[in-house]
Amino acid sequence: MPDNKYKQIVILSGKGGTGKTTIATAFAEIISEKIIIDADVDAANMHLVLNHKINLESDYFGGKKAEIILHKCSQCRLCESVCRFGAIKDFIVDKISCEGCGFCYNVCPDNAISFEETNAGKYFQCKLEEESNFYYAKLLAGEGNSGKLVSQLKKQADKKIDENIKWIIVDGPPGIGCPVNASLAGVNLVVIVTEPTQSGLHDLKRLIDLLKIFKIPSGVIINKYDINMEMSRTIEEFIQLEGIPLLAKINFEKNFVKAIQNSKSIIKYDSNFESMFRNIWMKIETIIKN
Amino acid sequence: MIISIASGKGGTGKTTVAASLSYVIPESVYIDCDVEEPNGHLLLNPKIINEEPVYKLIPNVNLYKCNFCNKCVDVCEYNALLNLRTSIFLFEELCHSCGACAYFCPQNAITEVKKEIGKIRSGMADNILFYDAYLKIGEESATPLIKQVKEVYKGSRTIIIDSPPGTSCSMFEAVKDSDYCILVTESTPFGLNDLKLAVNVLIQIGVPFGIVINKYDESFTKLEEYINGNDLNLLLKIPFRMDIAKCYSKGELPAAVTEDYRQMMVKLFAKVKKEIIEVKENA
Repeated sequence: MPDNKYKQIVILSGKGGTGKTTIATAFAEIISEKIIIDADVDAANMHLVLNHKINLESDYFGGKKAEIILHKCSQCRLCESVCRFGAIKDFIVDKISCEGCGFCYNVCPDNAISFEETNAGKYFQCKLEEESNFYYAKLLAGEGNSGKLVSQLKKQADKKIDENIKWIIVDGPPGIGCPVNASLAGVNLVVIVTEPTQSGLHDLKRLIDLLKIFKIPSGVIINKYDINMEMSRTIEEFIQLEGIPLLAKINFEKNFVKAIQNSKSIIKYDSNFESMFRNIWMKIETIIKN
Repeated sequence: MIISIASGKGGTGKTTVAASLSYVIPESVYIDCDVEEPNGHLLLNPKIINEEPVYKLIPNVNLYKCNFCNKCVDVCEYNALLNLRTSIFLFEELCHSCGACAYFCPQNAITEVKKEIGKIRSGMADNILFYDAYLKIGEESATPLIKQVKEVYKGSRTIIIDSPPGTSCSMFEAVKDSDYCILVTESTPFGLNDLKLAVNVLIQIGVPFGIVINKYDESFTKLEEYINGNDLNLLLKIPFRMDIAKCYSKGELPAAVTEDYRQMMVKLFAKVKKEIIEVKENA
């Protein structure tokens, strides 16, 4: 575990739509001395509810892409035959299918293929209302390398760390693949947000198995707890057996949806929830200190 | 006919719609392409008949032949290979299996060997042919597995593809050769924001699409303003219902236990079929 003055927490779920962003945003509102990162670079949502001002917008270069220079091409089709990604057809490179391996560029006997860095998205450095730094990104449609963009965001955020920073909160992507792995770098604790459904439990198990590989401690929030009490209890029993602490049980709250619909965090929309999230946060602090 | 179900945002109800559609189509094939977190089996309860490992190719360097000339390292765009002068080290998770290192090695010292990245399962759920895939935990790249699970079924039945969330490479891989894509969204700014991103992908790759609003709430007007304002095709609105949410939580298929939900899905399929025919006639 990294030995820093600040602690880094990432919110994950495996399954999408369990309430990661709602909960990450609530934490962002109640704590200070923090940096906030939205690592769901495919479909970022935090910026829709956190009041922020964009200070700097940067292009993200995700890797190189091939392009055939037609007037140099002798139409031998060697490039087409070596491409494993089916990205070349009739002397045209499909930019979305191209994975930037450069095989065609290296193999072309006519030097007829250019291979240049291409823009794969944007990332934004922002200030929140109380001057905290907030980072999010927009990957272009169909692009790969989302893990690399997550790492890029975290690297940018690292530059702003000083002795006043106590917390880095990362809203993570769904799934258990490459952007999730990238979001886990340097993390002290994973807050897993799950829901009492068959798929919630199924995906929770896979996420916990992933965290075992990386040896990162976690705690669980069961959101929409009262949708299926029986399933909620199954989840509670499961995490108890795994030795993972339960951080909170949150009932299905219409106001969670209403808050998003009004482009507000749940804390700003209904201040009654503030004490609940402060209690959850206290539990997280206790776990991290031990 | 291939119909894919995608969303951008996770948890909007992709799998519920995809599994329910498969259920109402007389002879269908359901393929779960959310290989990181496949959930379709929880609603369809298939009898799994076969399970097979899936591999990707990675280079294996024969050190007796290798003279450490560095060519393989030079051609690897992903920095997956490291020349240690007495051996060549491979970062397996960085390898995209492009094959360039093996091809360009002047000593013919590299062969490609198989590495397991997950498994594909096939089975039956009543009359539905069922396929899903599991990415091995810790494995990074989902796209090779998505590609392979899509290639298993080769017959002429109607295929329903359940896409992973997001709008990046894995979603693209899942939806790219569909005849039609159904985008499932929800009545929130998150749903709207991610819908716009998904619409962008489909327009770029030229897959015709329509939209289903799940957990529909008429008070959030911006979603329909966007759909109407951009002349997009709104296929269906499904209001939020606690009974449907409960049904899903227990792993029950809403179309199998709720008659009006089944009716909605029958109508949805009829609409999509008509759209596909129209697109083909216009082409």
